[in-house]
Amino acid sequence: MKLSTEVAIAGYGAYIPMYRVPDEEIARVWGRDRVRVPINEKSVPGIDEDSLTMAVEAGMNALKRAALKAEDIGAVLVGSESPPYAVKPSATIIAEALGIGPKIVAVDMEFACRAGTTAMQSIMGMVASGMIKAGMAIGTDTAQGRPGDELEYTAAAGAAAFVISRKNNETLAFFEGAYSYVTDTPDFWRREGERFPQHFFRFTGEPAYFHHIYEASKGLMEELELKPSDIDYVVFHQPNVKYPLGVAKMLGFKKEQVELGLLSGKIGNTYAAASLIGLANVLDHAKPGERILVASFGSGAGSDAFSIVVQESIEERRDLAPKVEDYIRRRVMIDYSTYSRLRGNIRMR
Amino acid sequence: MRKVYVVGGGAIRIGEHWTFSLRDLMVHAAEKAIEDAGIDKKDVEAIYVGNMSSGPLQGQEHLGPLLATWLGVPGVAGYKVEAACASGGAALHNAFLAVASGLYSCVLALGVEKMSDALTADLTSALIMADDQEYVAFTGTSFVGLNALVYRAYMERFRVRQEDIALFAVHDHKYAVNNPYAQFRREISVDDVLSSPLVADPIRLFECAPIGDGAAALILCSEEFTNRLKTDVLIELAGSAVATDIFSINNRDDLLNLKATRIASERALKMANVDIKDVDVLEVHDAFTILGVLHLEDLGLAKKGEGWKLVKEGEIEVGGKIPTNTMGGLKARGHPVGATGMYQALEILTQLRGEAGKNQVEDAEVGLAQNVGGLGGTVTINVFRRVR
Amino acid sequence: MGLTARSVPRVWRERRIKYGLIGGKCPDCNRTFYPYRKNCPYCGSDNAHEVELPRKGKVISYTVIRSPPSDFSHYAPYPVALVELDDGTRVIAQLTDVNLNDIRVGMEVEAVFRKYREQGEDGIIEYGIKFRPILQA
Repeated sequence: MKLSTEVAIAGYGAYIPMYRVPDEEIARVWGRDRVRVPINEKSVPGIDEDSLTMAVEAGMNALKRAALKAEDIGAVLVGSESPPYAVKPSATIIAEALGIGPKIVAVDMEFACRAGTTAMQSIMGMVASGMIKAGMAIGTDTAQGRPGDELEYTAAAGAAAFVISRKNNETLAFFEGAYSYVTDTPDFWRREGERFPQHFFRFTGEPAYFHHIYEASKGLMEELELKPSDIDYVVFHQPNVKYPLGVAKMLGFKKEQVELGLLSGKIGNTYAAASLIGLANVLDHAKPGERILVASFGSGAGSDAFSIVVQESIEERRDLAPKVEDYIRRRVMIDYSTYSRLRGNIRMR
Repeated sequence: MRKVYVVGGGAIRIGEHWTFSLRDLMVHAAEKAIEDAGIDKKDVEAIYVGNMSSGPLQGQEHLGPLLATWLGVPGVAGYKVEAACASGGAALHNAFLAVASGLYSCVLALGVEKMSDALTADLTSALIMADDQEYVAFTGTSFVGLNALVYRAYMERFRVRQEDIALFAVHDHKYAVNNPYAQFRREISVDDVLSSPLVADPIRLFECAPIGDGAAALILCSEEFTNRLKTDVLIELAGSAVATDIFSINNRDDLLNLKATRIASERALKMANVDIKDVDVLEVHDAFTILGVLHLEDLGLAKKGEGWKLVKEGEIEVGGKIPTNTMGGLKARGHPVGATGMYQALEILTQLRGEAGKNQVEDAEVGLAQNVGGLGGTVTINVFRRVR
Repeated sequence: MGLTARSVPRVWRERRIKYGLIGGKCPDCNRTFYPYRKNCPYCGSDNAHEVELPRKGKVISYTVIRSPPSDFSHYAPYPVALVELDDGTRVIAQLTDVNLNDIRVGMEVEAVFRKYREQGEDGIIEYGIKFRPILQA
């Protein structure tokens, strides 16, 4: 999908909570061989954090980098599968906490780990059409890991926010195009009223993750006539470390192109924020003129792919807010029982 | 304004009174005060019931007619008086005004609180209602927590050790041994205090006034009324004042200066025509050891940062320069919050009448009771003088 | 506990001042205070206007709540501090993202948006400003 008007990232920001529980520690409790774990450690939200509070900090960081004010934001779209309320939008609370609104469009969106990038798609459309001057797209999750389940090793917490406006000299990176690909594929789901999601193990791989990311990425590259060698960095949704490296290879990318945007080994799978935090990390380092391909994946299933080119202004604006590495570096290790308390898996009634 | 006299007093021992309801406590104290005064209950024209939390804790408001009915004096004037932990002192002030104004000749001032009905966590929620609900209670701080902020700031600013401030609790317990109304009647050491569990750092459990049930009452009357009574001893409520301070501590000029104490004490002492140096026996509101120290300073008895020295050097002992909390204070006599002000007054009365037994201050003639609501949000000062 | 524990309008009414850390500045005596109100608590002037307070400050005093009020039972122990913001205005708030043993008087802190309490498991969530040690960037 090409846009009739050029649209760009005016500001970006991420947030990762400070607690970490090592996969080895989870393995210890459940009696698994400690080397058979998908990542090193995952982020855990504090007792006073939720997907909404994380989104506020990511949003604040994005506004700090943007040459825009809260009053300029005309829409706040929040993608999450772990909002604190099943009914009552996080978007309105986040908007007010950031001083945005009330004359804005606001809504919460769900499409598993792809909800943040889908929010981004919608904002791009609203900006390109002239409906709003700028909008904020957020992906945020405090993912629920069922105790003892495979996904407990990776279900983590994080948020990323992107302020999008029309391209100008002060924006940080512009979009060349976007592409989406969705099918009815039930690889991972959560029924109404259930606390934890279900998944179908190996079915989440080839027919789900790999198929959709491949189709969206290939579709975008063909439409924009891009080859892997035209792209400097590629960021994929990262439920673990193996899958993104695998799909990169399928698409003809080299490991060096994937590494900067691949953080799951250190923080886990931050679900709707995952590919966006990866993108934020790339933006923290990339040079003007470099091209980034981002492809998210959300179970159910679908992928959004974007091609983004970095602009000059990023060099002077990226230091205006904490970087992804600053949050990764801020680590406090906790054990499984503290983790269980923080996640509400053991409760005081 | 005409003179006001205190002619009777009564109370129930402070403790966990499982079989006494709120109204049972009130009636008990009222009847004892009436009996002590040698009057008939029908002589009472008005009742002022000091209480902080009957609403949240018992689901009961409107204590005026409740007491009037259960005491058997329906028709009298009366209502609940609330000023957080200064409710007792405020009720006393109200009673003073009633008689001083000339409108009433014989009134009952009473303070009551029943705290043992509630779970500790709910009690903690009720007590923080003494401070700003919207912006302070909202942070999850407890009332102990607010005082802990003051405690730490005091130690930092004046480089005072906790051991020296904790002595206040040791002092209180020593004198409570001889007070039959006290909740705790055993001595404790500084080590006991410092090794008790932390409640809100740095405040330890034994630095906090306990939770208990209690009720205490006084009968106040006009000079003319006293002529009907057969009494050799006559005690006057010579000065009574109330002052408030900024709500809450984050907006105050100086965290360690509870201005309302100074304002109210100046007014009350002036009314009584005495100076703080003339006070023979003192009751200060030591809900926490640090407050005991601060109140001594704010009353002008020590320089800021040096109140603890009065305790350490024995100046607040019965034989010292300014005998203070001679019946156990809030820590050991107890602190059923809305009743405390009345217990303080009753203890001053006991001293001035010469009935304090082993805790007697020789020739006590002038006594001052300082009752505080919240963290100095309200301070009531009542000054008593033995006339004969 | 009781009736005040489940008041939705109250939370709604207070949110702007709490989320925005909105204080008051008195043009007559030049002092600031939190929260905003039109009558200056110091000089009594009724001209005070709203001001967005600074988001950074330092810890003047702190405590750790170990015996919490009932609606905070799940969170204990937690630290509460008196924070002096960069413009001198003081606020009382919880500290967060900090080890209880690492808190120091004078510690530099910054404001963050966090959950304070929930009105039960099925009630609304109350958010507000807490302070954490400044993130090292």
